[in-house]
Amino acid sequence: MAIRSFFLFILFFSSSLSPVFSLYEDQVGLMDWHQQYIGKVKQAVFSSQRAGRKRVVVSTEENVIASLDLRHGEIFWRHLLGADDVIDGIDIGLGKYVITLSSGGSILRSWNLPDGQMVWESSLQGPKHSKSFLLVPTNLKFDKDNVLVVFSNGRLHAISCIDGEVLWKKDFEAESFEVQQVILPPGSDLIHVVGFAALSQFEMYQINAKNGELLKHESAFFSSGFSGQVSLVSTETVVALDSTGSILLTISFQDGKISSQQTPISNLVEDSLGPAVIIPSSVSGIFAIKTDAVTIFIRVIGKGNLEVVEKTTHEIAVSDALSISEDQQAFALIQHASSEIHLTVKLAHDWDGNLLKESVKMDRQRGLVHKVFINNYIRTDRSYGFRVLIVMEDHSLLLLQQGEIVWSREDGLASIIDVTTSELPVERDGVSVAKVEHNLFEWLKGHMLKLKGTLMLASPEDMAAIQSMRLKSSEKSKMTRDHNGFRKLLIVLTRAGKLFALHTGDGRIVWSYLLRSLHKSEACQSPIGLNLYQWQVPHHHAMDENPSVLVVSRCGPSSDTSGVLSFVDTYTGKELSSLSLDHAVVQVIPLPYTDSTEQRLHLLIDADKHAHLYPKTSGALSIFKREFSNIYWYSVEDQNGIIKGHALKCKCTGEVADEFCFDTRDLWSVVFPSESEKTIATVTRKLNEVVHTQAKVVADQDVMYKYISRNLLFVATVAPKGSGEIGSVTPEESWLVAYLIDTVTGRILHRVTHHGSQGPVHAVFSENWVVYHYFNLRAHRYEMSVIEIYDQSRADNKDVWKLVLGKHNLTSPISLFSRPEVITKSQSYFFTHSLKAIAVTSTAKGITSKQLLLGTIGDQVLSLDKRFLDPRRTVNPTQLEKEEGIIPLTESLPIIPQSYVTHALRVEGLRGIITVPAKLESTTLVFAHGVDLFFTQLAPSRTYDSLTEDFSYALLLITIVALVAAIFVTWRLSERKELQEKWR
Amino acid sequence: MAPIARLLLLALLSTALTISSGSGDGYTINGRVKIPQGLGTKGFALPGKTSNVKVILNGGQIVTYLRPDGYFLFQNIPAGTHLIEVTAIGYFFSPVRVDVSARNPGKVQAALTENRRGLSELVLEPLRDEQYYEIREPFSIMSVVKSPMGLMVGFMLVVVFLMPKLVENMDPEEMRRAQEEMRNQGVPSLASLLPGGGRN
Repeated sequence: MAIRSFFLFILFFSSSLSPVFSLYEDQVGLMDWHQQYIGKVKQAVFSSQRAGRKRVVVSTEENVIASLDLRHGEIFWRHLLGADDVIDGIDIGLGKYVITLSSGGSILRSWNLPDGQMVWESSLQGPKHSKSFLLVPTNLKFDKDNVLVVFSNGRLHAISCIDGEVLWKKDFEAESFEVQQVILPPGSDLIHVVGFAALSQFEMYQINAKNGELLKHESAFFSSGFSGQVSLVSTETVVALDSTGSILLTISFQDGKISSQQTPISNLVEDSLGPAVIIPSSVSGIFAIKTDAVTIFIRVIGKGNLEVVEKTTHEIAVSDALSISEDQQAFALIQHASSEIHLTVKLAHDWDGNLLKESVKMDRQRGLVHKVFINNYIRTDRSYGFRVLIVMEDHSLLLLQQGEIVWSREDGLASIIDVTTSELPVERDGVSVAKVEHNLFEWLKGHMLKLKGTLMLASPEDMAAIQSMRLKSSEKSKMTRDHNGFRKLLIVLTRAGKLFALHTGDGRIVWSYLLRSLHKSEACQSPIGLNLYQWQVPHHHAMDENPSVLVVSRCGPSSDTSGVLSFVDTYTGKELSSLSLDHAVVQVIPLPYTDSTEQRLHLLIDADKHAHLYPKTSGALSIFKREFSNIYWYSVEDQNGIIKGHALKCKCTGEVADEFCFDTRDLWSVVFPSESEKTIATVTRKLNEVVHTQAKVVADQDVMYKYISRNLLFVATVAPKGSGEIGSVTPEESWLVAYLIDTVTGRILHRVTHHGSQGPVHAVFSENWVVYHYFNLRAHRYEMSVIEIYDQSRADNKDVWKLVLGKHNLTSPISLFSRPEVITKSQSYFFTHSLKAIAVTSTAKGITSKQLLLGTIGDQVLSLDKRFLDPRRTVNPTQLEKEEGIIPLTESLPIIPQSYVTHALRVEGLRGIITVPAKLESTTLVFAHGVDLFFTQLAPSRTYDSLTEDFSYALLLITIVALVAAIFVTWRLSERKELQEKWR
Repeated sequence: MAPIARLLLLALLSTALTISSGSGDGYTINGRVKIPQGLGTKGFALPGKTSNVKVILNGGQIVTYLRPDGYFLFQNIPAGTHLIEVTAIGYFFSPVRVDVSARNPGKVQAALTENRRGLSELVLEPLRDEQYYEIREPFSIMSVVKSPMGLMVGFMLVVVFLMPKLVENMDPEEMRRAQEEMRNQGVPSLASLLPGGGRN
């Protein structure tokens, strides 16, 4: 104890105020890596530019528009739009502008294709919400100006492609009119707008594209109604389904006259199939319908005669049509066969003939093909070649050409839901290890080069050699555990239901696994992954077992659908087992106990407030029974503003005897008045956080005891009016209340009100303090506050020497019934930026000082020393306080550019920051994820326990050699001198 | 001249929109981000590269990008006090508080929140550029001397060259006494190891 405290003192004195995280430009990429993604592609448009590099422009579900290199799949440029700015459509205008329609069709933007610079932006309003369509006709001109046609919010616009000016607009104000298609045949200047009105009326408007004049309006009544989407089979014919989904309606409106034909599906296919849906496609003459099991392709012959061309039970994906010549359209079709996919390219009017038929081996872990985009090129022999871009179930993007995968992008990593870490295997004889250092000579040569670098003697080639040597260092990307604990596996769960293991050394994917339990099935309609937990972390008894993680998912968006558990081995990436639960999963509580095989006990709370224990083994049950009365948890009901505490009661009293199921009881509840407070944030301490010492030595050798409890909960509430955006409320009607609540007793330990403040609140809880970020409406600036909570019941043990010698009195009684004697200290500071995420560094033993990691609105991660958020800061600290390291109080927190952890990079779309301790006490690993991924190592108090990366061993060797040489020389000299003395 | 004309046009458009929207919650904020040439050229940020500059309203409610001439536009903004942030790698921008009042539409009051300076027009300039990397100091003899190895060498030099001088300057009587004492204690004498130490 004494030694430890001594160590602590040394740390106090050794830390200095200069920015701790600082990097030289040539150190970029040594300990950090950065990966850029775009997310699941929704729409892709190929640039048809002849000259220059081939590009494809894509829009994604992460609201990214990006231009990709068609040869390698790299990003030329990329823009992330706002969270509510969902992209509805993209296209390329005039061959050099990317046009995007977003925000439900209300924002139209144009971007320069080569460099991604925004050219113009216009806002499109309309009378009501509707589907939106973006058409970029190639030859529609208006005063030498190319025109875009946009239908959005119940209004048709013609917009200049050059500057985004609205040339004309036409409202479709009929109350119940729902637009289904906007058609502009190539070469024509008539726009057809078709849609449904009042559920059973088919409407067709013909509009002059030059001036927006309504030429014709026809409607027809269909008693059977409509369901779902319509498919366009020619420029003047659409196919729809009736409301029962069993009769196909072929509606044509040639020359402004509506004529129709009804064909029951049962006439086309013998066996009854149940209700069908139309798969929208743009291939002329052909459309597809899909029932539960079967996909049927139907050709339209002449005026409304239908003919089935293919019926398949395979999973199938169809591309849009691609015009390859004046009157020919091609499209691509992808079908699955066990481990291969079959790509066929057909002409629209010739189903049976294939232009191209290829089979491509496909990794099963990519799942099904979700989308296909086709593009053609002219081969050297002047025939057509085709390439297709496919989007897989795991959100990855692949380019297929000539039967091969040319490139692939793992864009599933753009939507990470949860992250955990796993250790790598211990280095053993059987484990293959990359060759590290070749021989002593090479090693020495490398270090000589480095020395040359430090002495500024290196030539540019030498510098390049040094840089590549440092970046390639095989040490950091080995597949075994290292001494310092820098090498780990980051296990991430993505929204697509895929698990990835990333190596912390270089960020490469070690394995990936598409969870079978997250596949759509009869029992589980729309499974979604929820969380990742460490299931088995072998270190003592079960050394030979591989570690594994638990993936908790549920079968639907609402919290009362049944849950699914999967257990995945983190070394091999194989699913060990999976369990379909018969109860829902509302809350998962990892318990701090493990059974004999180091499996961690988890308590799952279902919708009926029963607790279920996993793993279901007798060993786990006996451990659990021993701790039965020590298990408490809480739940937050956001809507009602209630926080409840729970404990276990007894075995389930249901009819089925299940010894792993327990009834629960409510212990306490805190009810916030709904008219004045609305909960917006709750934060607790991280479960695995280690606190080194409970005592804090202050300036005058006094000791303060931190109130350290795992059961503290921070809750922030705001006035209901102030829960909206900034600018929607005045300072007088908004306030923010922060609470510290003990989750075992339900006692409110501290409560503070910030008048004139509002959310969003980002908070982090660590040791005995909480830091939260909110908006101060009076100053109109962001503010950060800190609350520290100290235990007063041991205040008389103040002597620091008693503490150092381990003689202080620790036996003060703790009881639920007495109010804990605590005092809190708090302070507030201004902070410049909005935040997206906040985290705190965590180290192996909790000795190293803490840093806050702030994910700013600019998608950067800023590290800020916790000492800037110390409630004991004063404007003029005394000499003693200065020695202790207290910084003079300033109005706002400093932003030091060198302390940006992400240096000159952006983690686009930042969502979360995770810190994991390394084995080395000084170092913590930081992983930030959003659309991009970023990983680095941080040493909040500098690397006091290891040599820095740029430590020059060669200089050390040279010094030693020089010292030895000097000893010999001086020895000789002294001998000679002595001899001379004696001769005298 | 062209940007001014466009600005005027936008202003006209915006008032038109305000009227046409009817419900009274559509105002327009338009402004300009100006990154002075020369600032930041020594760093990594590409001067004049405006395509990655984002302008963010109210902490992420609306995100927009700059036009080539640096102008940006927020449309359909309700009356109230708003916050605009500009993010650009390599530059530090102060957030700007913008008051959009219902009484006189089109008139925008703006102030930097960092230094509470009012803006007569909404032209946002970086307060300073941000240097994310430490600058490697050029090689100097002092840095070598200050390094642990340098200190070792320095100490050795002191011992080799200064100690004999000290010993020489000592009174021979005292020296002898000290040596006697050491010999009595059986400690190997430092002086005997040193050149000149064995003289007596």
